[in-house]
Amino acid sequence: MKYLDEFHDPELAARQFEDIERIVTRPWALMEVCGGQTHSIVRHGIDQLLPGQVRLIHGPGCPVCVTPLETIDKALAIAARDDTIFCSFGDMLRVPGSHHDLFQIRSNGGDVRVVYSPLDAVRIATEHPDKQVVFFGIGFETTAPANAMTVLEAERRGLTNFSMLVSHVLVPPAIAAIASSPDTQVNAYLAAGHVNTVMGTAEYEPLVERFQVPIVVTGFEPLDVLEGIRLALLQLEEGRAEVENAYPRAVRPEGNPAAKAVLAEVFEVCDRAWRGIGVIPASGWRLSERYRGFDAETRFEVTDLTVQESPLCRSGEVLQGLIKPNECEQFGITCTPRKPLGATMVSSEGACAAYYQYRRLALQEEVRA
Amino acid sequence: MSDGAEVVTSVPAAAWTCPLPLRDHDRIVTGHGGGGRLSAELIEHLFRPAFGGEVDDPVHDSVVLPVPTGGARLAFSTDAYVVTPVIFPGGSIGDLAVNGTVNDIAMSGAIPLVLSAAFVLEEGLELATLGRIAEDMGRAAAAAEVRLVTGDTKVVEARDRGGLTITTAGYGVIPDGVELGPARVRPGDQVLLSGPIGEHGMAIMSLREGLEFESELRTDSAPLAGLVQAMLAAAPGGGVRALRDATRGGFAAVLCELAEAGGTGIEYVERDVPVPPDVAAACGFLGLDPTHVANEGKLVAVVAPEVAEEVLEAMRSHPQGRDAVRVGEVVDDHHGIVVARTGIGARRVVDLPLGEQLPRIC
Repeated sequence: MKYLDEFHDPELAARQFEDIERIVTRPWALMEVCGGQTHSIVRHGIDQLLPGQVRLIHGPGCPVCVTPLETIDKALAIAARDDTIFCSFGDMLRVPGSHHDLFQIRSNGGDVRVVYSPLDAVRIATEHPDKQVVFFGIGFETTAPANAMTVLEAERRGLTNFSMLVSHVLVPPAIAAIASSPDTQVNAYLAAGHVNTVMGTAEYEPLVERFQVPIVVTGFEPLDVLEGIRLALLQLEEGRAEVENAYPRAVRPEGNPAAKAVLAEVFEVCDRAWRGIGVIPASGWRLSERYRGFDAETRFEVTDLTVQESPLCRSGEVLQGLIKPNECEQFGITCTPRKPLGATMVSSEGACAAYYQYRRLALQEEVRA
Repeated sequence: MSDGAEVVTSVPAAAWTCPLPLRDHDRIVTGHGGGGRLSAELIEHLFRPAFGGEVDDPVHDSVVLPVPTGGARLAFSTDAYVVTPVIFPGGSIGDLAVNGTVNDIAMSGAIPLVLSAAFVLEEGLELATLGRIAEDMGRAAAAAEVRLVTGDTKVVEARDRGGLTITTAGYGVIPDGVELGPARVRPGDQVLLSGPIGEHGMAIMSLREGLEFESELRTDSAPLAGLVQAMLAAAPGGGVRALRDATRGGFAAVLCELAEAGGTGIEYVERDVPVPPDVAAACGFLGLDPTHVANEGKLVAVVAPEVAEEVLEAMRSHPQGRDAVRVGEVVDDHHGIVVARTGIGARRVVDLPLGEQLPRIC
């Protein structure tokens, strides 16, 4: 595929590693914000080939991982209803709620469907006027425009049997929360490139000023990630703190104005709980007043749920970059992808799952690259 | 062995002329599984012509076959086939049901001889669809040089959209001196792959409800018994150690099973594993790993290093192994674990996929 192979080129990668080696004179810790980047780093073994002084800390940018337990339990309660078709992105199905997951709801007879585009949920609602069709609208700024368009489309079609369980989260408040934590170890951030494709780069300027940390907009293929790392290290070594774009083929400073307009119309900013981290002020989106009628939470009155997180799970510390997945006592022992204690072990973007999948050997014995 | 799709017989399902009452139905009804006249009509007019006229008479419950003599060993296998949709680019559930069991038999080094086929049909299945599937089975059996000799048909209430399940079973004879299995795998052995991976799984995925995307992808469903015999002939001294067809779980799952069962480590080079551009693109945007995607006409072979070149040559001379490559080797290290060398030169552990492949959110 064009633009895929080019960003895996081993010779160019070797040159990037050499450059990085030359730049670095002292220890630095970088946080890649997005779970897609974590996946790429661990799958391709980028961190194994970086100089020992460069440490990558895996950030909270896996939407599946940070969706609060309470929201998962609400999804499970709605999906179990006889009159409901519950539509979700694929990797939400295995996320453990307090007692079970969406797969179990499905095997107990619940109508749970995997969709790739949220607009498919609107089509299903049109085809099944006798059913309530609910879409699980999660994700960062990346998935939000399509979800917002879906609400607009449902309104245009006059659908009364469609609603959305919304748990959108935003990147800049998460960076602010981590950067202002007294025990943060992060020297620079690799921003989640596809979030910037939608939102642009302007909202990162105040963060750079306030915390004096470099923020480099970074892509997802191995060479994209390496370029983000290189530019971040260059800033750190030169004592600069700027917003820089290492992903210009997908990100413009102004973002995508059409998408931003739709987002402003359909959503409004709200406080949001992040699984494993807690409530971060003004860190999420909910349906705006005008579209509140499509809110599944109010339609199904799933408000009084008692939630029970595993007391053993340390995913909150993993999501904040305070520990590596394998530093958790439960990692690979009581917590595996087959039986996850927390969401970070579920999604392929979750740091724990990525470590489990690609790193068990390195954790058992030193792998010499 | 013939490879092309030589049609031995054909059922023009749409233009049938059959006696009453079958032609009153263009869809499966409960009576087609009742063992009465409707069942008999189905066999007589649909299955028997499609399968080459060898299906046993419906009044008999079994077929009578001669026993291979002289201490010959049989390889016996059975598999149930469910797939949605039942017809897809490049083939149908019929092709899978024949090729899948043929390949399972072939992986023990056997020459497949006969198959049985049992059908669980859902009410409402179109007879034209069933006719097309039966035709595909007949054609696949002819290409694989196996005989479809006995079968059964049941009808169940429609649960979904008028689908069907096919179970095939069959056996083949293992030639003298052929002994394959993961226990024979040794460090230093070479890992060969018969061609590009991921085509079948992504062709099906491109049609899934909610995931539809445009592509030119076709299933790679094909019989591999001929290829296997060509490989064995190229290394007569037992140089072929183990064979696996890379179906569910894909290429990665096969390597993991071989490493675990053989108690050895396996290492392969990611860049040497051929992934067609369409498969790479579709996997890229769905967030799937092509090494976990199902194939229906590809095998992984572990062979002794001294015969690797000859076996590879034999594979490349066979239509089913035209694009065969060497992808890795068996190592006396990290026993039971598969390690991939990544494109940028690092190493990672390769794991079995966990259950269903789930498209990622973004």
